[in-house]
Amino acid sequence: MTDDRLRAAVATGVLASEDAHRALLQATVEVARAIFRAKASSVLLYDEVTDELVFEAVAGEGSETLVGERLPSSTGIGGWVLVTRQPIVLDDVSKDARFAEDAAKKTGYLPKGLMCVPLIHEEEPLGVLYVLDRPQEIRFSLEEMELLGLFGNQAAIALDLLRKARRARAVLDDAGTDAALLARVAENLEGLDGERRAAGVDLLRSLEALFS
Amino acid sequence: MAEPATERPLPAWSRPAGSTESLALPTEWPGRVTREWAWGGSTGKGVRVCILDSGIEAAHPLVGELAGAVAVEVGDDDEVSVVEDAEGDLCGHGTACAGIVRSLAPDCELFSVRVLGAGFTGSGTALLEGLRWAVDQGFDVINMSLSTTKSKFAGLLHEAADRAYFRRSVLVASAHNMPVESYPWRFSSVISVGSHEEREAETFFYNPSPPVEFFARGVDVEVAWLGGARARSTGNSFATPHMSGICALILGKHPELTPFQLKSALYLTATNVEGLGD
Repeated sequence: MTDDRLRAAVATGVLASEDAHRALLQATVEVARAIFRAKASSVLLYDEVTDELVFEAVAGEGSETLVGERLPSSTGIGGWVLVTRQPIVLDDVSKDARFAEDAAKKTGYLPKGLMCVPLIHEEEPLGVLYVLDRPQEIRFSLEEMELLGLFGNQAAIALDLLRKARRARAVLDDAGTDAALLARVAENLEGLDGERRAAGVDLLRSLEALFS
Repeated sequence: MAEPATERPLPAWSRPAGSTESLALPTEWPGRVTREWAWGGSTGKGVRVCILDSGIEAAHPLVGELAGAVAVEVGDDDEVSVVEDAEGDLCGHGTACAGIVRSLAPDCELFSVRVLGAGFTGSGTALLEGLRWAVDQGFDVINMSLSTTKSKFAGLLHEAADRAYFRRSVLVASAHNMPVESYPWRFSSVISVGSHEEREAETFFYNPSPPVEFFARGVDVEVAWLGGARARSTGNSFATPHMSGICALILGKHPELTPFQLKSALYLTATNVEGLGD
């Protein structure tokens, strides 16, 4: 196990990470939807185990039903954006029969237009951000593309935090690991107060001296 | 043991004494390079253009017949095979790019090399092997409206891009419009393309502040989409096939041009350089 994972696992023992990061992701899609005056916005995380894209946060149309739904990473617009790292904007896409069928099957909602941007953190694409059905009468501009890219950066950071929190939690859930032991100690210590906490801290200091 | 005597090609970095007269150029360059000289009357006939993308929907009204289509498949151990492609387009994007090239260069030959479909995990390998395969085939123009951010592929892509350059295959690659490092568009042996907001398909600008070298039409473009449909689209990945189409037109008229000369002709005929002079 790397030091990073150990530290992350221990940190997860004392922080309610996943909930906080999920809220950050949700806030990102809400703001994206508002800024582009769109009907919906969503963030999808790439699941490397199943090689799929998973809806993690949805604002607007589909917010009740889409979280947890999966799309293939090898086909469709989301898959193309993930694989090629290129953002695209499409209008009148509902004329594409296959897209219409897929979209309707998943969401019960058929967008006319969409923007899709890759969420890249460091050199790794973590997923994609969709913005659906901005007002059609407004011609798209390069300024908006830039804004979309900036949004993508923010969403990528939120998605990276969520992913790290989940990996750390998975380590903790494997109760036999060293990290899980340390995290449980950290979690229990955080729950103590008064003399018991002071005694616990003294004990840990002694252990630290012993190990150093 | 002595080496067997074989006739070797001259090294590229030196010439025998007195032989420079034989470096005659096959093309007469005019005093002033204009668009009329560069591609006036050309339809791209005889030029082989490869679209490295999500596949192409054959016989789409805006695309027409394809001269060939293959798919790059990546196996479990990164084992790569290039097979005849029966799937067509898995996304719509490759069809859109093909339609843009066709609209500019109606008589060029279009080939599809599909690198989408290998799953995300195999995508970098598929991209690299697809490019290598395309360079081996000697296509005149290779349109790459895609990139990778994985630095482990950067060196290998760079080699492939340089190899294309010296084999007279012109790589036209989408620049990234987000502040991330990606490849191969950053390499100087490719023609890198970003977007402008003008409406005319043949309007393109030279950028004096690289790494992006040219800006072509990439906003609100009507493109071919799946199922014989059309869509309106925006992105550098749609600007790129505009430059590929213009390259096909120039090479249709001047097939002897090297990528270096072609890039020079593009510079001299760019909207902001030629000054709309003809």
